[in-house]
Amino acid sequence: MAEEKKPEFWRWEETNWVSPEIKWQDGEFITLGIDVGSVSSQAVVMVDGEFYAYSNMRTGSDSPDSARNALAFALEKTDLTEDNIHYCIGTGYGRVNVPMADRSVTEIACHARGANFIYGPQVRTVLDVGGQDIKAIRCDAKGKVTNFLMNDKCAAGTGRGMEVFADLLSVPIGDVGERSFQVDKEPIAVSSICVVYAKSEATGLLRKGLSVNEVLAAYCSAMADRIYALLERVGVEPEFAITGGMAKNRGVIDRLKRKIGLEPMKTKWDTQLAGAAGAALFGHALCKKGKGKGK
Amino acid sequence: MITAGIDCGAKNTKTVIVKDGRIVGRGIVLTGFDQAQAVKESFELALKDAGIARSDLAHVGGTGSGAKSIAEADVKVNDIKAMAAAAHYFFPNARTVVDVGAEEGRAAKCDEKGRVVDFAINEKCAAGAGAFIEAMGRALETPLDQMGPLALSSNHAIPMNAQCTIFAESEVIGLIHAKTEKKDISKAIHDAMASRIVSMIRRIGVNPDIVMIGGVAYNPGFVTAMQRELGVKKIHIPDMPEFAAAAGAAVVAATDGN
Repeated sequence: MAEEKKPEFWRWEETNWVSPEIKWQDGEFITLGIDVGSVSSQAVVMVDGEFYAYSNMRTGSDSPDSARNALAFALEKTDLTEDNIHYCIGTGYGRVNVPMADRSVTEIACHARGANFIYGPQVRTVLDVGGQDIKAIRCDAKGKVTNFLMNDKCAAGTGRGMEVFADLLSVPIGDVGERSFQVDKEPIAVSSICVVYAKSEATGLLRKGLSVNEVLAAYCSAMADRIYALLERVGVEPEFAITGGMAKNRGVIDRLKRKIGLEPMKTKWDTQLAGAAGAALFGHALCKKGKGKGK
Repeated sequence: MITAGIDCGAKNTKTVIVKDGRIVGRGIVLTGFDQAQAVKESFELALKDAGIARSDLAHVGGTGSGAKSIAEADVKVNDIKAMAAAAHYFFPNARTVVDVGAEEGRAAKCDEKGRVVDFAINEKCAAGAGAFIEAMGRALETPLDQMGPLALSSNHAIPMNAQCTIFAESEVIGLIHAKTEKKDISKAIHDAMASRIVSMIRRIGVNPDIVMIGGVAYNPGFVTAMQRELGVKKIHIPDMPEFAAAAGAAVVAATDGN
């Protein structure tokens, strides 16, 4: 019997998009933001500060290629080339390895700016839960950072922690949230903060007779606690918005919002784009100051 | 007097029989999911090894993360006390004891009588316990018992940035993709782990003689890295270090049981 390829439950969908309305040739400034994270990378092309095209994909193992791949994927459905871009800003964990960047800006600044754009200027607290870090950011009406706290040392509460769990329980990562609510009674959160120990605990819970959905609920609950602990230290001022991949996990977010007592803001845009969007907007601001490259 | 010490750990359950200050029997089984069963089996194996009956025992000390499952014990010995007693038993000049098990890392400062003066513990983070090296062994596709020797065959130090086991797995995979030699990666893994454990030990102070017990003491790569990080020539390790805490519990049961 042929050996089956083990399904990769952690693998989420990679996407790209082009605006059906905007004609980039009519725009004054075309700017590019590339956010290379340790798990995912995004490229956002803006025409005069509006979304024109973007991509969201796995970073892979090599940072310079990640930036190039993200850009190529974003431009795939367009007739735009790198030469048409007036300014490029790199950000994220791998921002030193964005070869086409004119400058790099920290991901904290980019996330705040990006959240301000995709959610609106009322946002004052941004929670970014990415692949390998959790950031709690306070910002002003212009999307400028006023305070922040970050955990990038421990996997608990991060996307990577969630990927490990999805794999352990053989649940596609996109289904985790929904399934965690398909339980009769909300179970107690797993007691271990550490993902490695939480895995052992989860295996024990399954043996005790808990269903997969109940174990997912227990883990999401613990992750919400973990994220909340960080957020509390910076303080949550309305309006509150969430960026990064974890924003798509209802299992964690709904439990988190119950603890905060605030409804997070809504957006039609992919929450993983915030960093790259902020970077593209910083590029746009620099172009308006005359720093952009001539067409 | 004959006493037994049972250490129900995260990974293994160990029993040691001590007769008039000498170890006369040992038993070890995987703890698995049924702690009480593992304790029963480990106990029976040790009794058989010693050639004695349960009724010959004056007292039984119970210790370890699964201590509450040790119905056989009449003397409960907390982990820190067991490790200090163990170190003192094997090395009367022990003043700093390190116990790195599968899921916990502990350090104790003790006096000339083997009494605990101060201690530090990590039970929250896998990166400070044997679980870290196990996970890295999987990432490197190298059996656990080869990880240490592999590390020792390298003399090229490379930095390891990740503090977390999960992130370190990704970092190791990245290093493999970048064609880094496995032996250098293994060395980096052991150095990183030693650095963390020593940070913990420094919280209570480093005083010779330094004793290491627990299963991770079998790893020569880790021991060497620890010696280097601590700046000492020698770390004392008893024979069969994984049984040390159980021996400590047996010794405490003999003194405290009356």
